[in-house]
Amino acid sequence: MSVRTLPLLFLNLGGEMLYILDQRLRAQNIPGDKARKVLNDIISTMFNRKFMEELFKPQELYSKKALRTVYERLAHASIMKLNQASMDKLYDLMTMAFKYQVLLCPRPKDVLLVTFNHLDTIKGFIQDSPTILQQVDETFRQLTEIYGGLSAGEFQLIRQTLLIFFQDLHIRVSMFLKDKVQNNNGRFVLPVSGPVPWGTEVPGLIRMFNNKGEEVKRIEFKHGGNYVPAPKEGSFELYGDRVLKLGTNMYSVNRPVETHMSGSSKNLASRTQESIAPNPLAKEELNFLARLMGGMEIKKPSGPEPGFRLNLFTTDEEEEQAALTRPEELSYEVINIQATQDQQRSEELARIMGEFEIMEQPRLSTSKGDDLLAMMDEL
Amino acid sequence: MCVVSMVAVDLEGPYEPRVRRADLGAAGVTSDLGRGLQGSEPSAPGDSEAPPYRMFRWERSIPLRGSAAALCNNLSVLQLPARNLTYFGVVHGPSAQLLSAAPEGVPLAQRQLHAKEGAGVSPPLITQVHWCVLPFRVLLVLTSHRGIQMYESNGYTMVYWHALDSGDASPVQAVFARGIAASGHFICVGEGAKGTWSGRVLVFDIPAKGPNIVLSEELAGHQTPITDIATEPAQGQDCVADMVTADDSGLLCVWRSGPEFTLLTRIPGFGVPCPSVQLWQGIIAAGYGNGQVHLYEAATGNLHVQINAHARAICALDLAPEVGKLLSAGEDTFVHIWKLSRSPESGYIEVEHCHGECVSDTQLCGARFCDSSGSSFAVTGYDLAEIRRFSSV
Repeated sequence: MSVRTLPLLFLNLGGEMLYILDQRLRAQNIPGDKARKVLNDIISTMFNRKFMEELFKPQELYSKKALRTVYERLAHASIMKLNQASMDKLYDLMTMAFKYQVLLCPRPKDVLLVTFNHLDTIKGFIQDSPTILQQVDETFRQLTEIYGGLSAGEFQLIRQTLLIFFQDLHIRVSMFLKDKVQNNNGRFVLPVSGPVPWGTEVPGLIRMFNNKGEEVKRIEFKHGGNYVPAPKEGSFELYGDRVLKLGTNMYSVNRPVETHMSGSSKNLASRTQESIAPNPLAKEELNFLARLMGGMEIKKPSGPEPGFRLNLFTTDEEEEQAALTRPEELSYEVINIQATQDQQRSEELARIMGEFEIMEQPRLSTSKGDDLLAMMDEL
Repeated sequence: MCVVSMVAVDLEGPYEPRVRRADLGAAGVTSDLGRGLQGSEPSAPGDSEAPPYRMFRWERSIPLRGSAAALCNNLSVLQLPARNLTYFGVVHGPSAQLLSAAPEGVPLAQRQLHAKEGAGVSPPLITQVHWCVLPFRVLLVLTSHRGIQMYESNGYTMVYWHALDSGDASPVQAVFARGIAASGHFICVGEGAKGTWSGRVLVFDIPAKGPNIVLSEELAGHQTPITDIATEPAQGQDCVADMVTADDSGLLCVWRSGPEFTLLTRIPGFGVPCPSVQLWQGIIAAGYGNGQVHLYEAATGNLHVQINAHARAICALDLAPEVGKLLSAGEDTFVHIWKLSRSPESGYIEVEHCHGECVSDTQLCGARFCDSSGSSFAVTGYDLAEIRRFSSV
C-alpha cells in the first residue's frame, strides 16, 4: 500500500513503549538515575541518525513479528531486561494503543499530530540531554519535510495501510475497558458525538444550487449523531498546540496496565486465514531487520552498572502465569495452520454447490530463514 | 437458535434513553430480537419528539471467513433473482471472499480468491473485487497491487490476467489497480501509481464469451490514482455522458463511451479524495473524504446539490437505479439513504433524505443495495467478520 508508513508506525509504537516503560519503572520503584539512564539509552538508540535514515527510506510495512524483534532489541538497549511474557505484554499494549489512536484520528492527516504528541512527550523524558534532544528535533524536521506536503489522498492511503497492519487485533486492555473506549469484545468505541474533523462540516445540511451556482434552497435533515464544529486546527510546527489528545501519555503510576488474553477466540477464524497464506516475506524481512538493526548502535554497558529486570506484571508469579497461559494464536513465535470448524462446514456446503478448492499453502516451517528469525528473537 | 446479547442502556441527561447494542457476533440474529434495539440512533440534543419511524430493520448477518479490510467500496453484490441467489464479494487483504446466499441471508457456499503473485516478494494486497454485468455475460473482476484478474461470475475460472507495468520500478513508483465498472461490452479499470502523479483508466473489450479479452484503450485524464468508476447505460442518445471516473485528488472526469472513449468534462476537486462515485440519469453523485456528497449535472459539470452527509470520510456509495435511491456509507459508522429527483419546474437536481442507520462502533468500508428497488442493503466494516444486512419493514 503506502510506502511511507513505516516511520509513523515505528515512532508512534516507540512512543507508546516509552510511556509504558516509564510508568512501570516508577511503579516498580526503580531508582531515579537508573530509570533515567534506561529511557535516555533507549531514546538515543531510537533516534540515532543511521537508524532513522534506514527507517525513512520508502518501503513496504513488514509483519508484526518482524517489528516486534526491533522493539525487543530497542528495549534491551540499556541495563534493563524484560522476560518474554513482559515483552509480549508490552508489545500488545503498544499495538492496541496505537491502533486505537489511528482508528480515532478525525482526519487521516491527524496521525501526524499523534506522532508529534509522542515526540513532544519523548522530549520531556530527555530534557537534560541536549544531544538527544537535537536528534529528536532532527527527526521532527524530517517528518515535516516528508509528510508536510502530502495530500489528503496520500494520508488516506497511509491510514488504510496502518489499519491493515492492525487488522483483527482485539486484545482487551483493562484501562481501555475501564475508560469505556473499548467494548468487552475487544472492539473500540467509535463515538458519534463531539467535534467533527478540521475541514468537515457538521452533518445535517443540504444545499441546492441553480445553474449559476447561486444557492436556491436549504434543507436540514436528522443525521443521527451529535456533532459540533471543530474548534481549531492542531499545529504542525516544531512547537505548538496539537489540540488532539491522541498520542499523549495516558499512563500514570496509579493505573496498572493489564491486558486480557481471553475472549479472543472469536477471532480464531480470521487469524487462521492470515496464517494460511504463505510467508514469502521471511527472507525479505530478515534483510529489513538486518538493515534496521545494523543502524542501531547499542551502547555496551559501561562500568560495573548492574542490570535489572523490569516486570510488566504486578508480581513475578503473574508474569510466569501469563507466559504459560498465553493463547497460541497470539503467540509471536509460531504461526499455526489449523483446520477450523469453519473449513469443515464450508466443505460440506460447497459439495452442495459443486466443486470446491481448498487453498492449502505449504508453510516454510523448516526454512533456514525461520531459524535465523528464531535466533534473533532471543537477542 | 441460542443468541447471547450484551446490551448497555445509556441514560444521558436530556436525551432519550439510548440502547447501545454491543456486537452480537456472527451467525445470525433473528429480527425478533432485533426489533427496537438495532441501529441505535441517538436523538439530537433537546429533541423531544419520538425517534423517526424505523423504516429498516437489521436482518440476519452473514459470517465472513476473514474480516473486511479498511478499503473503500469494499463490498460488491450480484443479484441473481432468477436463481433466488445473491452473491457477495469482500476484500480481506491478500485474499477476497466470495459467498452466495439465499434470500433470507442463509449462506450457501464460500470461495476465496488470492491476488496472483507477480515479480517481487511482498504479499500482493487486493484493492477491490466487483461483478461487472455485461450484455451477454457477467464477469468478476479483482484488482490488486500486481494487476487485474477476471473470472467467470462464480469465481471458479480465471479468464484473463493483466499484469500492471511495474517492471523494475522501485517501491515508490509501483502501480496498483483500483476502480472497476462495466460500460456496454467494455470493462474499465482504474490504475494509480504510489507516490507519483499518475492515474489511467484501462478499457478492456470483452467478447460475448471466451477468454479473448483485449486491452483496447488507455485513458488519460487523471493525475492521481483512480478511486472509483461509475457507468450507466447510454440510453440511446448520442452525446450523453455515460461514465464518470474519480481519483484521490477529488477530480471527476466525465466520459462518453464508444469504440473510443471521449472526455466530455472535468469537475475539479477541492483538496480531499473522492473515494466513491455513482451515475444515474445524468446525475453524478460523488462522495468525498470530508463527508460531503455532491450531486452534479453530468452534461454541464455544474454542482447542484451539496450535502453535509457524514462526519468522517465517505467510503461507499450505491444506487438503486429503478427508484433513484442513493446509499452513502461513511467511516463515521452511519449509512444514509437519499432519494434523487429532478424538480418538475426547473429540471434541477433535488434530493431528499429518507433514512439513517448507525452501525455501532463499526468503521464502514462497503455498502450496497441488495435489490434494484432499494428495499434492502448490506454493509461491511473494518475488522468486522460479517456482512450486516438491513431490509425495510
